[in-house]
Amino acid sequence: MSNFSIDFGLACLIGALVAFAFGAGAGIYGGVKADRRWVDSARRAVYAAAALLIVCVVTLEAAFLRSDFSLALVADHSSTTTPTLYKMTALWGSQGGSLLLWAFVLSIASSGVLFATRHKHREVVPWATAVLCGLGLFFCGLMLLAGGANPFERMSPVPAEGLGLNPLLRHPAMAIHPPMLYSGYVLFSIPFAFAIGALIARRLDASWIRSTRRFALLAWIFLSVGILLGAGWSYVELGWGGYWGWDPVENASLMPWLVGTAFLHSIMVQERRGMLKVWNVSLICATFALALLGTFLVRSGILQSIHAFGESTVGTPLLVLIAVVLGGSTALIVSRLSYLRAERRVESMASREAVFLVNNVLLVGLAVIVFWGTFFPLISEAITGERSTLAGPWFDRYVTPLAILLVLFTGIGPLLAWRKISAGRALRLFGPPTAFAGVVLVALLLFTESASEPGALVMFTCAAFAFAGLVGEFVRGASAQRALTGGAWPVSLGRVVVRNRRRYGGYIVHTGIILAFVSIAASSSFQDSDDVRMLPGDSTNVGDYELTYVQPTAFRDLEEQRLTFGSIVEVRRDGELVETLTPSRNYYSSSSAGTVRSFFEGEATSEVGRSGGAGEDFWTAMRPDLTEPAIDELITTSDREIDRLLIPEELPDPSTPGGQAEMRQIAEARSVAQGQIITELQERFEDGQIPVDFRINVNPLVIWIWIGGAIAVIGGLIAAWPTPPARRRRVSDVYAARLAKDLNRA
Amino acid sequence: MEAVLLTLFVIALVALFVSVPLRPGAKSREKRIEDPERAELEARKEAKYRQIRDAELDREQGKLSKGDWAQADAELRREAIEILRAIDALEERR
Repeated sequence: MSNFSIDFGLACLIGALVAFAFGAGAGIYGGVKADRRWVDSARRAVYAAAALLIVCVVTLEAAFLRSDFSLALVADHSSTTTPTLYKMTALWGSQGGSLLLWAFVLSIASSGVLFATRHKHREVVPWATAVLCGLGLFFCGLMLLAGGANPFERMSPVPAEGLGLNPLLRHPAMAIHPPMLYSGYVLFSIPFAFAIGALIARRLDASWIRSTRRFALLAWIFLSVGILLGAGWSYVELGWGGYWGWDPVENASLMPWLVGTAFLHSIMVQERRGMLKVWNVSLICATFALALLGTFLVRSGILQSIHAFGESTVGTPLLVLIAVVLGGSTALIVSRLSYLRAERRVESMASREAVFLVNNVLLVGLAVIVFWGTFFPLISEAITGERSTLAGPWFDRYVTPLAILLVLFTGIGPLLAWRKISAGRALRLFGPPTAFAGVVLVALLLFTESASEPGALVMFTCAAFAFAGLVGEFVRGASAQRALTGGAWPVSLGRVVVRNRRRYGGYIVHTGIILAFVSIAASSSFQDSDDVRMLPGDSTNVGDYELTYVQPTAFRDLEEQRLTFGSIVEVRRDGELVETLTPSRNYYSSSSAGTVRSFFEGEATSEVGRSGGAGEDFWTAMRPDLTEPAIDELITTSDREIDRLLIPEELPDPSTPGGQAEMRQIAEARSVAQGQIITELQERFEDGQIPVDFRINVNPLVIWIWIGGAIAVIGGLIAAWPTPPARRRRVSDVYAARLAKDLNRA
Repeated sequence: MEAVLLTLFVIALVALFVSVPLRPGAKSREKRIEDPERAELEARKEAKYRQIRDAELDREQGKLSKGDWAQADAELRREAIEILRAIDALEERR
């Protein structure tokens, strides 16, 4: 049964590859010959690929659940003791699994958009189908042809136990972070494919945007959720004390998010004013190329990252795909410049479209800075031969001013009308938010220490301006609705949001983003932090808090091959006990090295201790100092002694049955001896003989990053929510009737 | 051998499914597909209606004076009427 299901899964993967290959060819042929039958056939090929990839995913999930170690993927990324949730999510912890996830999400999203547009875009859809199939073909081909990327690769001989999931991935946020991120990356392929289709077919009006805008917005939502979960995981699991470290893989997800955000704003200008056509197709091509770059950075291992879980077998093909995407789309855009001329010009700088343009420049500018900082190690190596990296302060220096301007213009944009606004009206609309920002500035200067951090002070003031502007928008909208229909304030507010989902959904997104920016500025500028080495009974003060290391704890989980060194710490404020926390450090047995030292040099995770609320977050992580001379000597001597006593001068021949039994006996004896040393270390730690390095942070407002992010995601969903067709028709009919009346009059 | 047969079976199923529109006598869907010109006009019409609604909302919120709004609204409506006329003309031609 097991063999059959693996064979069937592999057959389905090959079937999906064939379906994508046929779909790409049929799409191109249908486009060239304008033959609808071939286009329909290509669309069916996408449906078929989606169905087959569903079977592949289900087959692999079933193999994980029943711990079928005859599959290398299952044996390398799970074990019989892996909890069920992590067995189910282990699929995307591997290279083959994550590529399958890419192809799977692509096929589902492609099926959705091709079904929705089956009666539309006669000239664009064949090419878009070909592009989507081409991408599917690439990822299926990569799984089947690149070494070590086939998710159905078998193990021989079949091991009795699997290696287990990477300990860093055993966290609920990491269970859903990769699919969210990948869904974001993949969904950007839909507007990209339609943009390419529109360029090839020379149909460069806003209709391709109309059909794919929602997919771009969903991509943005998924990417946002993925980034937020990744930041959350970093904050509570990695034990370095922060949520964002300008790590290459973090940056890789931020770049498409920034350029994708610019795209979502600029397409509004094309839809309404017929402008920025070159900019829009360029932005979506860049966004998709950056999404591919994100996958490349995670999977290639080209840049050192705490998040890079992949090997390097798929790096080169992905790089080739990125080059093809960039080169092909640039050539297409250049060849279609005459079709991409703007229908209008910006009439006034005091208009919403002008501010959108400025915001676009800022967002792309931020992406360029992040790109430069991320790839600087490679650039510096290419030029000087030495690899240098740019650390957090470099990013902060260049990103902060642009982020402040972005928040300011996020506040200015909604206050302006499309086309132009008179100076008098602008002054009236800008008055209240400016006054509010002034009051906030004065209050901050008088009652807080914000003056010591000018960057944060300017950010808070700009955020106050933007926030007041947005509140004003909601108030004015609800007032206007109330004047028309009467009723209570909340009802009017609800009505105005529902009737103008795109506009007010966008405002909710802005509110969330502003909250997140404020909390980033506050938590990074006003953090109290200390690194202290402590023994049981020691105390230290950080900010207004006193931390006392009360007691060490140690625990061994034989099933998970995990040793946990923990601590009980008491946190006091003004002498009052606030909370008792239990931060710990987990060490996992490494199967490769087979020494006591390898236990502590392999993967390790932190369980941080946190106590906090809306105002601030008390955060602490611990790390026992195992390099302490006495402990270090114990480990070194033990490893040497175990080797001396248990490894014979001549190793038995593992190809003979007797030799295999002897090898097993040696391994078991080593395991018992190592277990005794680990027990001794455990006892020494519990006796308080091993000092512990504590990192203690007091982060103001940090929780608002995730609250703001959640508000932004809700706003995105409101903006993406479809307008009911009946209502759209009714509104259209009303306008048509009014316009017809005008027409008769004219 | 079993694996090869399974793969061939899956590919045969795919071929059966995707070839439906290519078989002789397959029903053409050509007429049900939106004309690209019409699609473009519909997109422009929707965008124009959105602009008219936006302008109304901007006036209600005090971002446009009554005079500015009347001028913008009249222009937008004129453009909308042109689009409606173009849609009618396209319908008549078909």
